[in-house]
Amino acid sequence: MLLSIENLSIRLPGRGDRPHAVKNLDLTLQENEILCVVGESGSGKSVTASAILGLLPPELKVESGRVMFEGRDLTKLSPAELRQVRGAGIGMIFQDPMTALNPLQRVGDQIAETFRIHTDLGKAEIRRRVVKLLTDMHLPDPELAARVYPHELSGGQRQRAMIAMALALEPRILIADEPTTALDVTTQAQILSLIRELQQRNRMGVLFITHDFGVVAEIGNRIAVMRMGEVVETGAADDVLNRPQHAYTKSLLAAVPLLKPPDRPPPEDGLEGHAALSILNVQKTYRRGLRRTVALKDVTLRLRRGSTLGIVGESGSGKSTLARCIVRLLETDGGAIEIGGADITRLTKQEWRKEARRVQMVFQDPYASLNPRRRVGELVAQGPVIHGARLADVMPKVRELFGLVGLDPEAVDRFPHEFSGGQRQRIALARALAMEPEILVADEPVSALDVSVQAQVLKLLADLQRKLNLSMVFITHDLRVAAQICDRVAIMQRGEVVEEGEPSRVLVAPQHPYAQALISAIPGRDWAMRRESP
Amino acid sequence: MRLLRLTLHRLAVSVPVLLIILCGVFLVLQLAPGDAVDALLGQMGTADATLAEQLREQYGLSGNAASRLVVYLWRLVRLDLGFSVSYNQPVLDVILSRLPATLALVVSALALAFFAGAIVGVAAATKFGRWQDTLISLLGLVFYAAPSFWLGLMGILVFSVWLGWLPSGGLQDLSANYSGPRLVLDMARHLLMPTVTLATIYFAIYLRVIRASMLEVLSLDFVRTARAKGLRESAVIYRHVLRNALLPMITIIGLQAGAMLGGSVAIESVFSLPGLGRLAYEAVVQRDLNMLLGIVFMSSILVIVINFAVDLLYAQIDPRIEAGA
Repeated sequence: MLLSIENLSIRLPGRGDRPHAVKNLDLTLQENEILCVVGESGSGKSVTASAILGLLPPELKVESGRVMFEGRDLTKLSPAELRQVRGAGIGMIFQDPMTALNPLQRVGDQIAETFRIHTDLGKAEIRRRVVKLLTDMHLPDPELAARVYPHELSGGQRQRAMIAMALALEPRILIADEPTTALDVTTQAQILSLIRELQQRNRMGVLFITHDFGVVAEIGNRIAVMRMGEVVETGAADDVLNRPQHAYTKSLLAAVPLLKPPDRPPPEDGLEGHAALSILNVQKTYRRGLRRTVALKDVTLRLRRGSTLGIVGESGSGKSTLARCIVRLLETDGGAIEIGGADITRLTKQEWRKEARRVQMVFQDPYASLNPRRRVGELVAQGPVIHGARLADVMPKVRELFGLVGLDPEAVDRFPHEFSGGQRQRIALARALAMEPEILVADEPVSALDVSVQAQVLKLLADLQRKLNLSMVFITHDLRVAAQICDRVAIMQRGEVVEEGEPSRVLVAPQHPYAQALISAIPGRDWAMRRESP
Repeated sequence: MRLLRLTLHRLAVSVPVLLIILCGVFLVLQLAPGDAVDALLGQMGTADATLAEQLREQYGLSGNAASRLVVYLWRLVRLDLGFSVSYNQPVLDVILSRLPATLALVVSALALAFFAGAIVGVAAATKFGRWQDTLISLLGLVFYAAPSFWLGLMGILVFSVWLGWLPSGGLQDLSANYSGPRLVLDMARHLLMPTVTLATIYFAIYLRVIRASMLEVLSLDFVRTARAKGLRESAVIYRHVLRNALLPMITIIGLQAGAMLGGSVAIESVFSLPGLGRLAYEAVVQRDLNMLLGIVFMSSILVIVINFAVDLLYAQIDPRIEAGA
């Protein structure tokens, strides 16, 4: 046994919703295995990971229990002894490769630092090893990668550099805290296979923290499911994924969006019927000085009234630019965007302001998209008030909307921080609906939410659409989510729509090579297919 | 090459900035009643209209405001700052003779405020939430709130009048006739109190800025990465956190260089230092337009140069900034 966490309890400060971040936790990690710790936000999975190396924030204290590694209890070590374990015996990588590297230091220097701390190697030898490591990480130009600063690398390359740093001294254990969550699907697939390759080569034990069951199915040998600081179920990956015992595990798995699109009634009046929105040959180029970035290249799409059009793509595909053009937060460079037959790109600013209510938007981050200083009722009423209604007249409708999106109508006097992420996204939805729009543009509306909350919000969106006959543009990077909610899906790559059609076709038999790559990169695809086939 | 292009670009932008400042100051001063000749005649105790007319002709003060502005700007193009009525010397000579004292004061105060603020701010951030942090923040607040001229007067009272340790004013001991290292030492002794007084408020600002930005950087992921490598806490702070935390400080220094030149007026008056600040004050009293415009011109150039240097430094420290972008 490589690592054993025994009866670990970590106290939370003050009077939170629970006294312990982690309570009576038992976990073991064997040599040559990947143990996935799965849980939603606040389950204590990241706290557990940090506790192993004594990297807890100062307000969190280990109350009892042991973390045994190579015959020593890590929680009892002195700071100096612990530092010898960090980076040498146990390496660690983190979620966001954008922020996990020091922006002011060259990548090579940051990797070299690990050698300088723990070994007496000379400068030239360290340099040689850094380049060797970066080569092992399959970076295209390792010599160059060592010389550049983090911002000059892509997200995936940065995560490779992070892994190189963590594995520099060939530690026996790698702790990976959501290492692929911030990455695109195809990059995620590459990083997952890299981690598995390195793990098998060094017979390492990997403690892999994630919230995504797809990733678990892809990489895990064993699984521990955490909830509210406790492990509710552990077992072999196959058992937990396919024959879950605990009710919570079952509910989590049920909330994972299926890969297979649900059966939807075929369109009543065909595609040629009433288009709520037509995007015709839209172009958009960002110019900054002499640099030109083509964000949208001749994009043509149609949204049938009362249906949902999913726009799927990775970062930089132009999907968010398109969303912003549809609500005219950005001006297009060419083409037309027709709503109800009228081209909105030709309206003057004043004309558009009157028409703006017809298209409303919901944003990704429910924490940043609500003004923290205003009461949520006012926020929802703001749109109608700007268009001339009196606050007192709008409030009854606001209460009604709160009921509609599944919130307590009496909560209108509270402030955004009093709500959870899922509730905030409901508020954002109510705000958009207060304008009685014909078209709702949702830009990654569930990406920041836990799976169970995500499932609820998706269900709410589908219900609302039926009730209000809304037409919806649904932007997402997650094909599984798109499959669940969309009537048609468009896949974008570098500003172009490379494939468009019904999800049952696009997801099952994609034609374009990029669409094929994107779909085969969905984590845990094999598991999902097996699970979903009767 | 990129540096050269940036320099040229900045130079081109500076010209209209200088022009706007000079025209603005010129026009504002026209609104004030009386000119240098009025002030001069007032000192002489006469009010002879023909003498006044003669003097105005002699000093180029006749004619309307617009034509005088054009004449002034044309002279400026030939790097001629004009002649001072009250000093009876070319403006440039007077300014150059006063510049070193002000520069020495401002630069040493800036350096003191920066280093002391950084050291104390880092100490406060590493002891966040403990009594040391509270004490430092409280001290910072006191320094921030105390007016510098009052601090200066109290300093004179304590260290010059009561204890007799430091001189109460001036730049050097004129009676001693020092030279060489002794002179430098003597000037340093004279500048000590003004420097500390001018630095206090900036010390308080920098201390708060560094503390806040240290706390922010400490919460970033790469700090956790550095700790996970097994780096010592002191190395984490100095190698990874501090350099990142200094970035907002450098921006602020550029912005405050101008404010500090302004702040030196009060300090130079309290400690009777022969610097630019006091010269500006006297020029206002004497309605010496040429002198005032000359000082504004020189100060503007100083501020522009300092900001340029700060931008270059910033680009040097932060690889994400492209010089010239």
